[in-house]
Amino acid sequence: MSSYELPATVAKPVTHAVIPVRRSLSTRWISVLTLVALLALWWAVTATGLIEPLFLPPPSAVLQKGWLLATTGYMDSTLWQHLGASLSRIGLGLGFAVLTAVPVGIAIGSNRIARGILDPLIEFYRPIPPLAYLPLIVIWCGIGELSKVLLIYLAIFAPIAIATATGVRTVDPAKLRAAQSLGATRAQLIRHVILPSALPDILTGVRIGLGVGWSTLVAAELIAATSGLGFMVQSAAQFLVTDVVVLGILVIALIAFAMEMGLRALQRKLVPWHGQAH
Amino acid sequence: MALLQLERISAQYPGATEPVLSDISIDLGPQQLLVALGPSGSGKTSLLNLIAGFVEPSAGRITLDGVPVKGPSAERGVVFQDDALLPWQDVLANVAFGLELAGVPKAQREVRAREMLALVDLAGFDSRRIWQLSGGQKQRVGLARALAADPRVLLMDEPFGALDAFTREQMQELLLQVWRRTAKPVFLITHDIEEAVFLATDLILLAPNPGQIVERLSLDFGQRYAAGESARAIKSDPRFIETREHVLGKVFSQRQVSA
Repeated sequence: MSSYELPATVAKPVTHAVIPVRRSLSTRWISVLTLVALLALWWAVTATGLIEPLFLPPPSAVLQKGWLLATTGYMDSTLWQHLGASLSRIGLGLGFAVLTAVPVGIAIGSNRIARGILDPLIEFYRPIPPLAYLPLIVIWCGIGELSKVLLIYLAIFAPIAIATATGVRTVDPAKLRAAQSLGATRAQLIRHVILPSALPDILTGVRIGLGVGWSTLVAAELIAATSGLGFMVQSAAQFLVTDVVVLGILVIALIAFAMEMGLRALQRKLVPWHGQAH
Repeated sequence: MALLQLERISAQYPGATEPVLSDISIDLGPQQLLVALGPSGSGKTSLLNLIAGFVEPSAGRITLDGVPVKGPSAERGVVFQDDALLPWQDVLANVAFGLELAGVPKAQREVRAREMLALVDLAGFDSRRIWQLSGGQKQRVGLARALAADPRVLLMDEPFGALDAFTREQMQELLLQVWRRTAKPVFLITHDIEEAVFLATDLILLAPNPGQIVERLSLDFGQRYAAGESARAIKSDPRFIETREHVLGKVFSQRQVSA
């Protein structure tokens, strides 16, 4: 292609035609090509009958099922209703977690007594896989929405609290002193110096928390739910409706990917100074 | 009449056997630009931190207008070696920060901040981000920020130490202009002998182990610059060179005693 654009380089096509092509192949395009190759492989193995549709339905069948799911639904609910159920659970869990974990993280990071009380508690429950205490939550709170939101909340709370505390502890002491010598009170220090300084860490905590929360939610829905993406996949698997299973997994992956990208964009917008030499 | 008074100040870090500062007495009056010069370990940063209220002396008394100094306050503005600006705010908001903390309405504090930016030759830099500024520009914003809060005294902690030689000279001249126009008493610490001799109306030389004052000089080179003489003419004046060599000799004789 480049050799058409650069007729003068026909004499040395190797050096002049190949190098610009290599340069223009950005990392993003490499990723896109990988995905396309994977899809092609999927199509190939199903179209040639190498793998039976029961184990892996062809992409076209999954797409068709997707359309059906979005319009008429599966297990009494459309794809949107399952998606909405899952998203509202993680949204509620995340909302409560941010509202409580950030103040707790600030307390841990800035107050010796608060650190003494809260740090061991968080460090004790954080390594426990949330699904290990899900049965206890179900005993206490039943099988309704509350137990799932609580589970997500607990899964997201720890990473945000710990990241906030780290951010607070690593605030540049010179900035604190500068604000103090401009007359800042304790509350003003938190509001104007500590919180913005810790914001990059808080957002990283939210990113990690959302990742953990999403996988926890879907797993919890596999076990105890009557709606949600996890439930949809689980119930479809019981009847060997493999195309719904594959579709559900793809939607779960897409949502996780979208959340990650969204948060990265948010991070770039909210903390443009992060990573800049200042 | 001294504005800021240090009476027989000693300071010691918790757990240390030797004090960092011993028996320091200083008076800083209006119109003064007092420079504390000393090698590393002479306790000059500790001295500034004491006056700023970041640490407390183990003995002695610090008063401002006769009132004992207790903790940091807007009366004692500080310019730091690393700018210590807030990167989440633009230049104007950084300069207006002290006024914002004091509850001054936005329009009013921005007028004042713009005046201060003009004073440090940064008019029009209002909406720049901190990370887009050069080292010298950041120090100027730091100076404007400290001045905007209208402190009684201005404390400067090796403010030009991290700058290249050319920028440092420009900043020294800028500081003298600002000092003349605002008439703020300044307490500045540095380890740069030429800078100290050029800027100071009053120079104190600190020696380490423990930090103590070994020499006090009254100088007028800074005033001569402020009165219009050129910096190069002053710095090549035999009297300037003689003073510089005298101070240099003092520093080295102290070094040998302590070694």
